[in-house]
Formats: sequence, C-alpha cells, structure tokens
Amino acid sequence: MKLNTNSNAYIIIYSAVMVLIVAFLLAFVSQTLKPMQDANVALDTEKQILNSLNLRGLSDEEAHATYEKNVKYNEADNVYECTLENGDVKYVLPLKGQGMWGGISCFLAINSDKNTVYGAYFNHESETAGLGAEIKDNADWQAKFQGKKIFADGDNTKIALSVVKAVNDETTVDAVTGATVTSTAVSKMLQDQLTKYMDFLLSE
Amino acid sequence: MALFSKQNKEAFTNPLNLDHPILVQVLGICSALAVTSQLKPAIVMGLAVTVITAFANVIISILRNTIPTRIRIVVQLVVVAALVTIVSQILKAFVYDVSVQLSVYVGLIITNCILMGRLEAFAMQNKPWPSFLDGVGNGIGYAMILIIVGAVREFFGRGSLLGFQIIDCKDFNNGMMTMPAMALILVGIVIWVHRAYFYKEK
Repeated sequence: MKLNTNSNAYIIIYSAVMVLIVAFLLAFVSQTLKPMQDANVALDTEKQILNSLNLRGLSDEEAHATYEKNVKYNEADNVYECTLENGDVKYVLPLKGQGMWGGISCFLAINSDKNTVYGAYFNHESETAGLGAEIKDNADWQAKFQGKKIFADGDNTKIALSVVKAVNDETTVDAVTGATVTSTAVSKMLQDQLTKYMDFLLSE
Repeated sequence: MALFSKQNKEAFTNPLNLDHPILVQVLGICSALAVTSQLKPAIVMGLAVTVITAFANVIISILRNTIPTRIRIVVQLVVVAALVTIVSQILKAFVYDVSVQLSVYVGLIITNCILMGRLEAFAMQNKPWPSFLDGVGNGIGYAMILIIVGAVREFFGRGSLLGFQIIDCKDFNNGMMTMPAMALILVGIVIWVHRAYFYKEK
C-alpha cells in the first residue's frame, strides 16, 4: 500500500511527530550542556571583574584561582570586595546601562577611599565594531579611568565622574572618537548607577 | 555504486568553483560580512555552516520521500533550526568567547540562503551520500571566503592573525578594515579575481 503523503491526516500526524522528536532532542541537549554553559558565564564575569582590577590577560585557571582567593561578593551593598596581593582593599561596583544598540555594562574598581578609581572594564552587547565597541576592546581607553575621582573636590552631593568630549581632567575622561552616542551612554550609566551607590560611597 | 563516482565528485567540487555559493550565486552575504572582522570567529562560523549544511542535507535527503510537498519548507526549517540550536548550545558550552563574538549570527544561520537553497535544490532530489558531499562542498566554499576575508581584515585592521600580534605597533589600528563596509569591498575583489582567473563559463 502506498501512503498518500498529501492527505491532511498524514500532514498533521507528520508535523506532530516531527515537532515532538525535535522538542525532546533540544530539551535533552540543553539540559546536558547547561552546567558547562553556566560555568562559562560565571568564569566570564570573574574575568571581567579581574580586568577592572587591572589583572588582565589571565588564563582561565589563573583567573578562577585569583578570583577565589582575592574577591568576595558583598550582597548587602552589591559590591565585590577585593584584597590585592599587596594587601590593598579595592571595591568593584557592577554598573549597567543602555548603549546605542543594546545594553552596556561596567565593572568599576575603586580604592578604599571610595573616591579614586582604581580601574574600569566595560562590556557591551551590540555596539558598532571599531567605534562604540572600543569601550570594550580598547584597553588604553579603559586605562584612562585610573586615578579619576568620583566626586569633584569637596562636593559629596553629586557624582562628577563622567565621559566628556575632548576634556580629560580630574573627574572626566575623553570620549571615544566616532562613538558619541555610546560615550554619552557610558557617562549616563556612570552618573545614574553610581548615584544608587551613594550610601555606600559616603559610608566610612 | 561507487562512493566517488563522477556525479558524486561533481556534487562536491561544483560548489567550490562553478556553483560557488558566495562567488557565483552570491548567497549568504550578510553573515559573511558581519563575522569576518577577525579570523577566529570566521573559522568557527565557516565550520558551523559546513556541519549544519551537511547534516541538514543528509536528514532532508533521508526524509525526502516521506515529506509532504505542501509543508516541505516547514520541515526543512525545523530541521535546520534544530541543528542550529544544537550547534549554538555546543559553542556556548565549549568555546564561550567565540560564541559571544558571533552573538546573533549563529542563530541567523537558520535564515542563511545557502542552507535553504541546497535543501530545496539538491537534498530533496538526491540520495543521502551525494547530498552530504554537496553540503560539505557548499560549506567549505562558504568557509573559504570567510577565512580569506577574515584573515585580510584582521591583519590589516589590527595587525594580528588569530589574536597573535604580528605587526607589533601600538597604534596599528585601521578602523576602516574592521567596519562591515570593507568586507563588502573585499568580497567584491575576491569575486573579481575569481571571475578573471578561475571561473570558466559552462
């Protein structure tokens, strides 16, 4: 007997069986690989935090070991507390914002005076390669944040750290050329998100 | 039937020259432009497309006599989408940094015209083995261009290859090459060279 592959019943049964098989297959693959993917995401975050502490270019194992040894997450303040090899204490603040095409994020490491920036690492989802993406790819630009102050001299009421075109003084960093929207977004992220850390920054 | 008969060989070699998916049919250009700013993601993308085209071709070829004609595109899409999802999950689990760089483009393999084109034009009419060869041939043809363009763009854009710095100069950073527009011009040049020296009219 030859099946009529164009009958409605055949088509419906065919699609139903196909969808069931594919659903089980995908669920199985997803469940099997999930632990490894979660580990990768966690490791990537650890590396980003270490980048902000100017510990760059570490291998996976080194990064994980360094992180385990030196960094502690403080849930109450949402701050990563880090003790460097020389005993200095740094705080890493996770910041999130909206870039030109998608989300941007930042890990900002500050000294124990809670005012001076120790290092910064930026990440983005889909900024333009070569322009906005420079905030992540250009380590020299990120290095410009080192030594900047969050508060302007004597004014503890508002966040002064920002990204401004062609200005590079105590609290401002020069914007990325050709990436005005992304640079403005970084500045806005710093201002908005650091304001939420006001209590932490002003506490002793 | 010989495994490497004349027809089978042609199924494999045609997409490398006479029926090249990018150079002659100009398919799959969008992803070819987007992922080629560095060599490593270009190689991974080429591999992913080769594997997916080959296996999608085999699966569709095995099912070809049972697939109802009226929903054949849907069936093809489901097979491709399932394979793409699996590959994307595997990339996330084993080469996380590359999967971050490729971002949405792995998922977009689903809409890559090369895949649907091969399934519709070849796998629906041919046996599994020739379909497999055809898929591998097309995948390699695609990967070849990605690797050429990726290598040129990474070398002239950043002075490195596969992440290793070759020209050790801090200011060697040619933004022009890392922009997608340059990939289009490079693909155009490759097509030009191919037409001028390698392509013979049938």
